[in-house]
Amino acid sequence: VNRLPWLVRDLLMLAIAIAVLIALGYGLERIPINGIAYYNRVLLLIGINISLAVSLNIINGHCGQFSLGHAGFMAVGAYASSFFTVYYFSPIVDRMPEGMQQFAVQNALLLVAILAGGAAAGLAGYIVGLPSLRLRGDYLAIVTLGFGEIIRVVILNVEKIGAARGLSGIPRWANFFWIYFLAFVTIVISYRLVQSSVGRAFLAVREDQIAAEAMGVNTTKYKVKAFVIGSFLAGAAGALFAHFMMYLNPRMFEFLMSFQIVVMVVLGGLGSISGSIVAATLLTALLEVLRDVKNYMPGGKDPRMIMYALLLIILMLTRPQGLLGRRELWQVLRRRKDAVVNASEGPPIQ
Amino acid sequence: LQEFLQNLLNGIAAGSIYALIALGYTMVYGILKLINFAHGDVFMLGSFVGYYAGGWAATHATGVPPIITAGLIMLLSMVLCAAFGYVNERIAYRPLRNAPRIASLITAIGVSFFLEYGGQFVFGPDPKFFPTLVPKHIITLGGVITTNYQLIVLGVALAFMALLQFIIYGTKFGRAMRAVSFNFETASLMGIPVDRVISMTFVIGSALAAVAGILYGLSYPKIDPLMGILPGLKAFVAAVLGGIGNVPGAVVGGLLIGIVEAFVGGSALSNYRDAIAFVILIAILLFRPSGLFGRYEPEKV
Repeated sequence: VNRLPWLVRDLLMLAIAIAVLIALGYGLERIPINGIAYYNRVLLLIGINISLAVSLNIINGHCGQFSLGHAGFMAVGAYASSFFTVYYFSPIVDRMPEGMQQFAVQNALLLVAILAGGAAAGLAGYIVGLPSLRLRGDYLAIVTLGFGEIIRVVILNVEKIGAARGLSGIPRWANFFWIYFLAFVTIVISYRLVQSSVGRAFLAVREDQIAAEAMGVNTTKYKVKAFVIGSFLAGAAGALFAHFMMYLNPRMFEFLMSFQIVVMVVLGGLGSISGSIVAATLLTALLEVLRDVKNYMPGGKDPRMIMYALLLIILMLTRPQGLLGRRELWQVLRRRKDAVVNASEGPPIQ
Repeated sequence: LQEFLQNLLNGIAAGSIYALIALGYTMVYGILKLINFAHGDVFMLGSFVGYYAGGWAATHATGVPPIITAGLIMLLSMVLCAAFGYVNERIAYRPLRNAPRIASLITAIGVSFFLEYGGQFVFGPDPKFFPTLVPKHIITLGGVITTNYQLIVLGVALAFMALLQFIIYGTKFGRAMRAVSFNFETASLMGIPVDRVISMTFVIGSALAAVAGILYGLSYPKIDPLMGILPGLKAFVAAVLGGIGNVPGAVVGGLLIGIVEAFVGGSALSNYRDAIAFVILIAILLFRPSGLFGRYEPEKV
C-alpha cells in the first residue's frame, strides 16, 4: 500500500472507512436483540462525544489554550444547521416522493447542513479567538466560558429559532454512518495535524510560548487556527447532535456541557487523541450505566450525578495526568517493549 | 433621576453579594492559581444552612429577638461552610498540589457537581422559600424605595469586607497570606506554614460565601440547589474584572457587575441581563488584559 501515490492511498482509506461505516450502520440496526434501539442510541451519543472531545483536544491538548466554551461552539453549529434544515431543507425532502432520489437528496442536504453548522461555529471561533489572543491561561478560559454563556443567552432571545421553547421539528437525519464518519474525520484531521508543521507549531505554543515565538512561530496565527479548526469540528458535531436529538433547547448547552467535554479531554490525558476517545466512550457509557442505580435506591431518588462527580474526583486524584497521560493508546501498550520517549512528550503543563 | 438612584441602589445591594463571593475566588486564585469552581456551590450550601436553621428557629426559638437569631444563623452557616471549605481543600486539592494545574481544576468541577447534585438529592430539586429571619420594612429615602433588607445586606457585606481587609493587611496571618500569594516557594523557605495558610484561605473564603448565601436568601427568597452556578460564575467574572488575586479589585468588580446588571435589567434589554456580565468582562479584558487593578506581569523566560 505504501507504494501508491499519497492521494490514491488516502482516497482508498477514505473509501474503505466509508464502506465499513455503512456496513456497520446497516448491521447494527438489525441486530435481533431486545432493546437494541437503546444501545444504538448510546452508541451514537458516544460517537458525538468523541468528535467533541477530540476537537476540544486540538485546542486544549495540542495548542495548550484552555477553552471552557466548547458547548457554545457546539450550540452555534447545532442551531445554524437546524435553522437550514427546518426552514429550507426539510420541506424540499418532504415534497419528494420516497425512494433513492429522496434518500440521496436528504443525505446531501444533511452534509450541507453539517458544513454550514461547522462554518458558523468556525466563524464564531475566529471571532472569539482573535481578541482572546492577548489573554493567557485562565483569562482565556474565563472569556471562552463567558462566550458560551453569551451564545446561550442570545439563542434564548431569538424567536426564529425557538428562543426558550427550544427548536423542534428537526428531522432525524443523523445516523450511525454520519456520526461515526464525523468522528473518523475529526480523529484523522487531529492526528494528521499533530504530524504536520501546523501541529508542531501548536505543540511549540503549548510547551513554551516565548520560546516558540523566538523560534519564529507566529503564535497568534496558530492559536486562532487551533480555535477555528476545533470549533468547526465542534459545530459539525453539534449539527449531528441536533439531527439526532430532533430537538434543541438552549439549556442543553449550558456550562455543564462544556464542563463535560473538558472533563473527557483531561481525563483521557491532555494532548492524547486516543485518550480523548477512550475517555469520551467511558464517561458516556458510565453515565448510562449509572442510570440503573436508581432502581436500587429507596424512594426513587437518582444518585447518578453524585456518583459521577465522586468518580470524577477519585479518578483525578489517582491519575492527575489523565488516563493515558500524553501518550497515545498504542504507545502505552508498547511501552514495555521500547521506552522511546515520544516527541510530543514533555514536562507537565504548569 | 429617581429611577437612576433606584437602579443604583439595587445594583449596589446585588453587587455586594457578588463581591463577597468574588473575594473567595480571588483569594484562592491569588494563592493557588486555581479557579475554585466549587465556590459558587459553597454559597448555595450557606444559603441552605440558613434555610434549615431559619426554619428550625421559627418554631423553637420564638422568644429570641430576630436580630440575634439571624446573627446566630449566619454564624452557624459560616462555621459549616468553613468546615466544608477546609475538608474540600484537604481532600480534593491538596493531594494535587504538585500535579498539573488542570487536574485540580477538574476535581474542583467534580466537587461542584457533587454539591449541586448532592444538594438536589438531599434538599430536593424544587425551589425553597427562604424564611424571613428579620421582619421586613420598607423605607423611603428621598423618593427611592428600599427595604431594611437592602441596608442589612449592604451593612453586613461592608463589615465583612472591612474585616477581610484588616485580616489581610493588619495581621500576621494576613502578611503570611500575601507572602504565599506572592511566591509560594520562597514563603515556605522563609518558614511560613504554607499548608496552614492555604487551609485558612479556604476557610475564610467559604465563610464569606456563606455570608453571601444568607444575604442572597434574604434578598431573593427563592433558593434551589443549582442557584450557585450563575452567581458563582458572575462572581468569578467579577474577580477577573478587578484583576484576579486582587482583593479590592474583586469588590469593585462585584459592585460593577451588580450595578450594570441592575441597569440592564431595568432597560429594554432586560432579556440579556445574564449575559451582560460576560460582555463587560470581554470588553474590559480587551483593553486591560489583566483586569482593572491587576498588575501586568510580562512573561519571563
